[in-house]
Parts: sequence; structure tokens; C-alpha cells
Amino acid sequence: MDSSTFFSMKLSLQVAAVATIFVIIVGVTVAYLLARKRFFGKEALDVLFTLPLVLPPTVTGYYLIIAFGRNGFIGRHIYELTGWSIMFTWYAAVLASFVVALPLMIKTARAAIEAVDRNLINASYTLGHSEFETATKVVLPLAKRGIVAGAVLSFARALGEFGATLMLAGNIPGKTDTMPLAIYSLAGSGDWAQASGMVILLTLMAGLFLYMANRYSRRVF
Amino acid sequence: MGLKVDVRKKVNGFDLDSSWEIGNELAVLFGYSGAGKSLTLQLIAGLMKPDSGVITANGKACFDSTQGVDIPPQHRSFGYVFQDLALFPHMTVKDNILYGAKGVAKDERMERLSGMIESFRLNDLENKLPAEISGGQKQRVAFARALIRRPDVLLLDEPFSALDNPLRVEMRAFLLQIRKDFDIPVVLVTHDVVEAYTMPDTLIVYANGRVMQKGTPIEVFSNPSTEEVKELVSAKDYWRMDTVSGIKS
Repeated sequence: MDSSTFFSMKLSLQVAAVATIFVIIVGVTVAYLLARKRFFGKEALDVLFTLPLVLPPTVTGYYLIIAFGRNGFIGRHIYELTGWSIMFTWYAAVLASFVVALPLMIKTARAAIEAVDRNLINASYTLGHSEFETATKVVLPLAKRGIVAGAVLSFARALGEFGATLMLAGNIPGKTDTMPLAIYSLAGSGDWAQASGMVILLTLMAGLFLYMANRYSRRVF
Repeated sequence: MGLKVDVRKKVNGFDLDSSWEIGNELAVLFGYSGAGKSLTLQLIAGLMKPDSGVITANGKACFDSTQGVDIPPQHRSFGYVFQDLALFPHMTVKDNILYGAKGVAKDERMERLSGMIESFRLNDLENKLPAEISGGQKQRVAFARALIRRPDVLLLDEPFSALDNPLRVEMRAFLLQIRKDFDIPVVLVTHDVVEAYTMPDTLIVYANGRVMQKGTPIEVFSNPSTEEVKELVSAKDYWRMDTVSGIKS
């Protein structure tokens, strides 16, 4: 494996891992709220978080530029305060992967949390436990399989993220060229040998993660 | 000391309006399915909110619509045993029981746990999961979990209905023992005529969301106040009485 392939692989794993950590934190919280709470605009929130699943990644990327670009409504303030912009850094690749992978986590975790027996939650309340304790000791442990499956799916999706990453992080060799972007460049320049190596590697990794997601989503209890 | 319930609740076209009071005794809420017995229990526990009314335990209001009092179920200290027992499938017997010891001082928890394990005959099962123990053992775990923090009231929502008869007879005797050991109001919901006759100090008969009659089982069974009560207490599975006649004596 030559050094640029190795760099792309390492960057891809790093981006996907960091994005997945945020996906777990945000995704489980949002999934819990959607599954267990009633509030105004709940279904609108679900639609908003699910959109990146069906929108072309370029559209998602476009919105992210509007929000986080140097002149974006959030990015502008960050730039004014720090002189730094997330655009064209590997953090941008994390952000793009996070947004695109998040719906997979929310969908899977919401279903798993909704499947937890209502009586078990009531039992926890009658035994004196607060909602937060009930969530961490009863609901989330019983939804663990779904949450793990969602995390693995999100990781696999983050690993394969291309469109939004290209718009937000660019395709800078040795800096932001994750495996999907590197494959795009290699194919464009006719370097089929190296491209096919990466294609096979990425396919194997994705297959492995899907297999793991299936294994973990089987319920034990 | 005791439990006072005076609640009204409309839910999905069903209209509950019931009012009764008991002391430290075993009361049975008896009636057909859908008479409002389980709903009453959920209102007492705080799992559902009455439209209006008052619920008092040991003289302290848990719910009072005129005063705006509505203590959440976490802070009511009512032991509740669910029809399906609702044991936590991912916790061992020991962890299930300890989960009920919320608010018990750390150094006392283990002492109470071993006391519970001893008196509920759960020795050697501490580290088993609910799926690995028998139906009767699960029942005893559910009771131990509900009682370990010494609740003010014990609420039982048809806990024996899924058991086969020999085990049910055993569990009835077990409940009467609990009633003796814990001097608190115990409310048992049932549609089983044998339980209604043999178990309670006070029998409260429900029909269509209303309390039809309240009294000792002898009073109610020998003097049913309405046609509905008469029909209930002469229900056709009456013959099973002989299988449990020894319990009350």
C-alpha cells in the first residue's frame, strides 16, 4: 500500500470515527426525545433530521456551506471570533459525515427505544427513579442492540460519504482526500490500478460493518 | 393511617368516578375486566392523572385537583406489582430487587436485600436473569422489588392471573403473609371470584367505572346491593372455592 492510499484510509477511518462519536451523542438524544416525548414540531424535527438520507449529498453540502462557510450564518461568527473557518479542513469532512450519517442512527435508535415495554418504564417510576435514571438504566440498556446497530451503520455511511464532503472539505491531496474522494481523483486521472485497490478495500470494510450491524441488531432479551 | 381515593377520569369514552377509603388492610377491587379497577390503580400510583379528585396516603395528599397537588410517581413511595410483573430483563434477580431500594441508605441496602432474599425464598437465584427462573420465583422477585424500600402502600394489578392454579393458591397464601408482615394498605385488583371472597378484609366491587358496593366479603356475598353485584358474586367459576378453602382459616 503506498503512502497516499494509506493516508486516505487513515483519514477516512479518523473522520468516520469522530463523526460516529457525535452521531451517537446527538442521535441517541434526539431519538429518545422523538420516541418518548410529545412536543410541538416533533414530526417536523424528525423530517428535518431525516432529510439528508434522501437529499442529494450536494444539496446537504450546499446547506452546510450556507451555514458553516466563511460567510455562512454560523461560520461568519466563528471566523470573526477566531479567524478560522471549518471549510476545507478535515473537520469539514467530519461535519459532512455527521449530518449525512445522523438519520441512520436516529431511525434505528428511535425504533429500538419505542420497542421498550411501557410497563418497564412505569415500573421504574413507581420504584422511585427519575426519568433520567430510567432512561440510562432501563430504556437505553434495553435499546442497546438497536443503538449499536445504528452506530455501526452510521460509521459505515460516514466512511462512504462523498458528495457533501467534496462540497465542504474539498478534495485536497494529503489533507482532505478521504478514500471515496481519492478514488474519484484516481479514476479521473486514469490510475485504475490504485483506484481498484481502494475500491476493493472500501467494499470489504463496508461489507464487514453491515455484517456487524446485522449481528448486533438481533435481540437477546 | 390508610389510603383515601376519590377520583374522576374520562378516557376513550370510559367514565370512571370512584371513591373509597381503607385503613392498613387488604382491599380487593373486584369486577369484570374493563370496570375501571386497573385504571384506578394507575391513578393511585400516579401513572395516569385524574381529571379531578383527591388521593391521600397516610393523611398526605398525593393528588388534589383543588390544591394543584400532583406528586410524580417517583415520589409517591407506592409499591406496584404489574400484571406482567415488569421485571427488568437485563438485570439479575439481585439487581432487580436493589433497583427498588432507591433512597435506602447504602449500608442498609445489602442488609435489606439479604432479608428480602431470605423471606421471599430467593436464595441461590441472586445472579440469575428473570428469563432463567420459574413463574412463581418471578412473582416473588416482583414483590421483593416492590417492598424493599418499605412503601406506604402496596398496589397489585392482577399479579396472579397468569399463573396455573396450584401456584396461584400458593401465591395467595404468600400475599396474606405479606399483609401480616407489612402493616400497610394493600390493594389487590382481580376479577377472580375466589380471590374476592377469600383474600380481603374489605371488598370493593366495581362495575362500569363506579363502586357498586363496599364491605367485608361475607357482607357483600350474602347481601349483594345491586343486580350487577349479585351477578358478579354468583359467577360461574364459583366452584373453584373448594380448592382454596383452607387459606383464610
